[in-house]
Amino acid sequence: MLIAENLSCGRHGKTVLDGVSLQLKPGEVLGVLGANGAGKSTLLATLAGELPPLAGSVTLNAVPLTMQSAQQQARCRAVLPQTPSLAFELGVRAVVATGAYPFPELSPAALDTLLDRALNLADAAAFTTRRYTGLSGGEQQRVQFARVLTQALAQRTSGEYRALLLDEPTASLDPRHQLLLLQTVARLAHEEQLAVLVILHDVNLAAWWCDRLLLLANGTVAALGTPQNVLTPPHLRMVYQINATVMPHPNAPERQLVCFG
Amino acid sequence: MSRSASLASAPARDMSVNKALWVLLALCAALIVLVLVSSSQGAVRIPVTEIPDLLFGDLLSDEEALWRNVLMEVRLPRVLLAVIAGAGLTVTGTVMQALFRNPLAEPGLIGISSGGALGAVAAIVLGAPTLFWLAPAAFAGSLVATAVCYALGRRHPGMSSLLLAGVAINVICGSLIGLFTYMANDAQLRSLTFWNMGSLAGATWQQLAFLAPWTLILCLLLLREWRGLNALLLGEREARHLGFAIERLRRRLVVLVALIVGPLVAATGVIGFVGLVVPHLVRLSLGADHRWLLPNTVVAGAIALSLADWLARMVVIPAELPIGMVTSLIGGPFFLWMLTRKMR
Repeated sequence: MLIAENLSCGRHGKTVLDGVSLQLKPGEVLGVLGANGAGKSTLLATLAGELPPLAGSVTLNAVPLTMQSAQQQARCRAVLPQTPSLAFELGVRAVVATGAYPFPELSPAALDTLLDRALNLADAAAFTTRRYTGLSGGEQQRVQFARVLTQALAQRTSGEYRALLLDEPTASLDPRHQLLLLQTVARLAHEEQLAVLVILHDVNLAAWWCDRLLLLANGTVAALGTPQNVLTPPHLRMVYQINATVMPHPNAPERQLVCFG
Repeated sequence: MSRSASLASAPARDMSVNKALWVLLALCAALIVLVLVSSSQGAVRIPVTEIPDLLFGDLLSDEEALWRNVLMEVRLPRVLLAVIAGAGLTVTGTVMQALFRNPLAEPGLIGISSGGALGAVAAIVLGAPTLFWLAPAAFAGSLVATAVCYALGRRHPGMSSLLLAGVAINVICGSLIGLFTYMANDAQLRSLTFWNMGSLAGATWQQLAFLAPWTLILCLLLLREWRGLNALLLGEREARHLGFAIERLRRRLVVLVALIVGPLVAATGVIGFVGLVVPHLVRLSLGADHRWLLPNTVVAGAIALSLADWLARMVVIPAELPIGMVTSLIGGPFFLWMLTRKMR
């Protein structure tokens, strides 16, 4: 399991976020909400082992990240950063296949099946005949999503912990694909016991799709818990500094709908 | 990093492995033909059909003895050196471009070659006891130049800082080579042009006996890094998330590149632009999947430099042009074209 304990994170020795403790459990989607500059991406980079913790610890399967090789980490957690880029023209399928690089034991046939599955899950199968650089930003994002799905689903050993860290995966997607992506993520978490951490800006998407929410404000954790407990007007005001009304969702009264202003 | 070849058919439907394989085979065939034709032509013409006989058969006439002499002592060593240098410079260009995520990174342009040249010249002038010391000295020069370039290019990402660092390194190395040349006597240095323009004229079997296996083995080691190079195309963060120890990968690539370029430069001087033009063309036609890009650039680079060498010998028969001049004449405008395309 990916566990942060009393974590301080930041870049170049400057603390952005302090006192974060969380467990990323298999089978759950943990949404991270916070204003711009609240430290969401810094937290994700620290959980991904890119930045060393300034204090506290991050452990993956009970071993501190700093003591694991990049290869070991890559076999049980995949990361989708915010701005996907590609220096040269690589085929769409080749981009997705990089997700399987940490798993050299996969047979060619198993790999093909895996790639097809990931491409379909990300609704990117139609792009395989196109050039990556010719795709729109949102379409590239879906290809990158297929890549991290490949990495997260490649682990064959059952019961093995697999984490998926997504940094604003819906940023450049149209409403339908925002919904499709989060639906896919939630289904994989619940059916395949993936542990998912996803940074979101849309509070209502988070309210609908996440099992737990982490609210960041003032350089620390403002709230951590179920959407029902976390999405309250005082919390939202603390995070975004604007008034919010929380009401039952018209299509599912047990869920919340948040209106700002 | 013991990654087996089990991903063999990975991008199969996507980038048609078949096409890349056929292109590779066609390039190999073209290279063999080119080597034969090129070694038959020059100031002394040797019929291509005679070549096998000359190599393996018994001598008959005085003319054939002369042919054999020309072929064995002059023509073949330089043609093979062109093959090796072309392969080495091109594959290192391809690797540098992926490492810097910049299509303009090339051993000549960013100063790796002139670093190597400086190392070699310094070794000669400062009195290296034997020619054996040229290669390690050139390697050291290349390595320092690459490291400096890398440090500067990384601190300020973007193509201009890397190229400017290259310009500075080239100027510094050029002036130091000039200084060493000035200090040297005629016996020590053939000429400044050799190091600045490049030449294949000095090729010997002795040289090849070391350079050929050396370059070949190192090229194969670079080919094995295709996954890491593909991952680097996605970005350094992404490559790290995909399980590559980035710092180690980078160091390994830079050292391999310097190990290839240094000794080549010690043997041929600076031959620019092969590593720029050829990878670009291969990438345009086959895409950037390094699994196929690297082997194809190796062979295509060998062809390109052999072709340039052939041109250099044929244009002003019986004299010849410095090969580096030929590649620069072709590569310079190409570089400008790429630059304007990139600026837009």
